[in-house]
Amino acid sequence: MPLSKSIEAIRADFPILAITVHGKPLVYLDNGATTQKPLQVIQTMDELYRTANANVHRGVHCLSDMVSERYEAARETVRAFINAPRREEVIFTANTTASINAVAFSFGERFVGEGDEIIISGMEHHANIVPWQMLCERKGSKLKVIPFSDEGVLDLEAYRNMISGRTRIVAVTHVSNVLGTVNPVKEIVAEAHRHGIPVLVDGAQGVQHGTVDVTDIGCDFYVFSGHKVYGPNGIGVLYGRAELLNEMPPYQGGGDMVANVTFEKTTYNELPFKFEAGTTNFTGAIGMAAALDYLTGLGREAVAEREQALLAQATAGLSTIDGMRIYGTAPHKVSVVSFLTGKIHQYDAGMILDKMGIAVRTGTHCAQPLMERYGISGNIRASIAFYNTEEEIEALVNGVRKATEMLA
Amino acid sequence: MTINELQDQIIEEFAQFGDWMERYEYLIEMGRELPPFEETHRRPDFLIEGCQSRVWLYPSFNDGVITFEADSDALITRGIVALLVRVLSGRTPDEILGTDLWFIDRIGLKENLSPTRSNGLLAMIKQMRLYALAYKSKAEQS
Repeated sequence: MPLSKSIEAIRADFPILAITVHGKPLVYLDNGATTQKPLQVIQTMDELYRTANANVHRGVHCLSDMVSERYEAARETVRAFINAPRREEVIFTANTTASINAVAFSFGERFVGEGDEIIISGMEHHANIVPWQMLCERKGSKLKVIPFSDEGVLDLEAYRNMISGRTRIVAVTHVSNVLGTVNPVKEIVAEAHRHGIPVLVDGAQGVQHGTVDVTDIGCDFYVFSGHKVYGPNGIGVLYGRAELLNEMPPYQGGGDMVANVTFEKTTYNELPFKFEAGTTNFTGAIGMAAALDYLTGLGREAVAEREQALLAQATAGLSTIDGMRIYGTAPHKVSVVSFLTGKIHQYDAGMILDKMGIAVRTGTHCAQPLMERYGISGNIRASIAFYNTEEEIEALVNGVRKATEMLA
Repeated sequence: MTINELQDQIIEEFAQFGDWMERYEYLIEMGRELPPFEETHRRPDFLIEGCQSRVWLYPSFNDGVITFEADSDALITRGIVALLVRVLSGRTPDEILGTDLWFIDRIGLKENLSPTRSNGLLAMIKQMRLYALAYKSKAEQS
């Protein structure tokens, strides 16, 4: 199934792709850090501020009603995008990190105690490590880590053996931000559920590469960020099963999350508002919904197919360079290539690529334990989006070859 | 040669390069020419932790002047620290503390000076000045 638009038309939707840096055309391959925004998102937010700005859920006046309706429509768009069963199970947060912290705190308060165990994987972003460590410190509980192979595949047998009567929650990433591995989250969930243990899936790097169906995955929580899915930053999603969310205490108090407040006692509002204290980033939510509509319009499977083709080109091209080592060669991965060549420091290579107009990420990618696993101080990551072109991939390969020669 | 004469000389050297590629090649070359770093000095005390590349800086103080030895695991960073060593090593604490390092701006490395940049150039200069201050007060006390 092809994309609904030509690549030229798609690139025209993203004004920033036409700029130059250091006098060279921008080759943006840092989509894993943040994605660029199409005009459809920029214009939606611009129009919102010009014509429909008022606080949500608070006024009886026309503008407030209008924007509240659009905010709730955005929630419905997110629900449909991840195929969540119910609209009120979609909670707007600031980003993935905020969503995980909310669950770690709120779920932890209710369900985790001394001596209990939490399972994460060895390929987590710091955002899915540190909140759980903080919970463990608060509660005197223990963190267990699923190991993975050199190729970047989780050891499911080790995982199965790790589950115990004390396991309270499993938190794993859908897709590794460094290795690109797509983890078998459905299997991981099924295994945990056999023991009645809920699972949080970090979808920050998963939700933008094709179709995601949380009902099919069966996870209890799924979290992601707007800015990594072609939407604005400062908006994120926490999907949670209502049954669990209803049992969890709110983690922030304030306006909109309450039903009734007296100085003696406050009763909380129902889902999703119980977890949305204070004025939310409604502009961001509506902007993110525009981004999700854009992706749906392009065809999400077609987006994934195009990215796979570009990934194959990048992997093949980079592999022709002497001394190339690619980190993450799992059979099922998204369009992310992490690599090092020879003894070259990632920082040097990143500096030289930058001068060529090529934006990649260098360093530990907020996954220091993963780097330690491979015994490296960091690497270079090219993360590809559907709007990238074959010529850009060629520029990357040539740039890396040139940098390798300069630094050899 | 005074520090300022040396700064002028470096600016002149960099002026002959047409583009950034040649400037980086020169920096890389200077990084390669930096004398080997004494392994016994490669200790956490002498590490300036930047986010992306690591820099070691080892000072010693003899006959009123400070000698700096340095190293980095990244070549471009080693070139940058080599430039600093060339300008500031073998100087008195007063010379180091009283100098404005304007050559960095003039050779196109200004972008590396911003505190949000992670190569630690700012941290290296600060550390060199801190050593100068420490040796100066130590000399004054004795």
